[in-house]
Amino acid sequence: MPLLEIRGLSFTVGTAKILDGLSLSVESAEVHALLGTNGTGKSTLAYCVAGCEGYRPTGGTILLSGRAIEREKIHERARRGITMAWQEPVRFEGISVAQYLTLKNRELDPAPYLEMVGLDPGRYLERMVDRSLSGGERKRIELASILALSPRLAIFDEPDSGIDMLSTREIINVIQACKANGAAVLLITHREEIALIADSASQICGGRIVCTGSPAEVAAHYKSRQCRTCDPGECDHGRP
Amino acid sequence: MDALEQLMQSLNAIGGSEAVLADPATAHLVADGRAILSRRAVAGLEMEARETAEGISARVVVRQGVRLANPVHLCFGVLHEQGEQRIRMEVRIEKDAAASFVAHCLFPGAVKVLHAMDATVVVEEGAAMHYAETHFHGPHGGVEALPRAVVSVGRGGRYLSEFTLTSGRVGRLAIDYAVTAGKQAVTELTARVFGHGDDAIRITEKVVLAGEEARGLIKTRVAIENAATAEITGITEGNAAGARGHVDCMEIVRDQAVASAIPVVRVTNPLAKVTHEAAIGSVDKRQLETLMLHGLSPEEAVEVIVKGMLR
Repeated sequence: MPLLEIRGLSFTVGTAKILDGLSLSVESAEVHALLGTNGTGKSTLAYCVAGCEGYRPTGGTILLSGRAIEREKIHERARRGITMAWQEPVRFEGISVAQYLTLKNRELDPAPYLEMVGLDPGRYLERMVDRSLSGGERKRIELASILALSPRLAIFDEPDSGIDMLSTREIINVIQACKANGAAVLLITHREEIALIADSASQICGGRIVCTGSPAEVAAHYKSRQCRTCDPGECDHGRP
Repeated sequence: MDALEQLMQSLNAIGGSEAVLADPATAHLVADGRAILSRRAVAGLEMEARETAEGISARVVVRQGVRLANPVHLCFGVLHEQGEQRIRMEVRIEKDAAASFVAHCLFPGAVKVLHAMDATVVVEEGAAMHYAETHFHGPHGGVEALPRAVVSVGRGGRYLSEFTLTSGRVGRLAIDYAVTAGKQAVTELTARVFGHGDDAIRITEKVVLAGEEARGLIKTRVAIENAATAEITGITEGNAAGARGHVDCMEIVRDQAVASAIPVVRVTNPLAKVTHEAAIGSVDKRQLETLMLHGLSPEEAVEVIVKGMLR
């Protein structure tokens, strides 16, 4: 049984179908990349799976280990082991990096998780998770927090945005560490080179999965830019 | 238990330490209502304090070039349910001197108490003063606190002030601070207040950047819930070349509470620059969801965000 199974998921805003009967599954200890251009529904899918407010599916079901979770609230899903790294993590006044990494488990030693994302614990643990951090630093701390949570399902929404190319190695380390811990990883990206670290991949277009296979196959399909035309709504990908 | 012991018990309860009163190297002044309970000056610091018909009158001078190793501790309070305390305070930090002040204002059982502080502060050229004031007003909301200060900071001087009232009820609070900063002087005013019930909070802080390259920051963090109200006014004037000022106000509002923020920026010199930002609203949804993604309940997440903002 897949850890995450999405069946016929739909999400509609007004008359716009953002997700249109999307189906997808991810096994434990599997990294699944979801490739797609801007506006194809990648982040919406992430928010629907995580349970964000205002992202209750209008159709279909989301199963975690066979249990339907689409009616559960975000923290209830988090307690089942689902977490997500936002594309642009928010800042917090008055919360130190050490506190942020140990919100769920005060006994946890946060230092190793910072080291995994290339940050010196001695320099960062007492700093605030506020505007004093650069975008790249904040993003790394978010990735460290995902590791510290030891999730069953980790969703990474564009983890490479805002981080320089050199740091891509640390992102990959985090994803692989999640996998090594047995987590299923849903890796959302629009960059083929990031998708290539996955075990499997899908391409999303028009709110539907239009291609599933090995990362290389899906990346090749994606690179062909066949779905670029979807943006103006002319593509038939994913339509019955 | 005498008044001093009771006051120290309250001080310990909010994280202070009565041990500093026994330290001969630490200056202090302790008063309950109109009675001075304890005082100590140290080398380089002069303190005159007397009881008046209205309350307490005190004058503190840190002599030129003296840099106090330990903070000066001030502890004022009213232990009875009803009472009045009016404090007149003059502080002068002489040229190139430096001192920190830690003030606790304690009204643990107040039902109807007036606490009025009227301070005049002079920070001379090259001098530095850090003033941290923490209030505890108890659970009844029966305190009317009126802290007022007029501060002058000389050339190259530094004046940093922090006001905190985040435990217990506020009652009625009206802060009125005005600072004039001279050439290359730096001033920062920070206030953190958490209001509940029908607490009424009014904070007016003004920084006049009168000297060239003076720097000023007014930072206000207020959380209110139930039927509390808050009206925050931050005024900064840039009146000299190279002066830089910023007004930063954030208020979190819950339940039926009502908040307003009035940032006033005024520039009379074209080479000065003053900016402002104000955010009022409920707890940020993305912050809330981020913490809930860590497994915190909505209530726990709100508590973490509010406490963090007020820290």
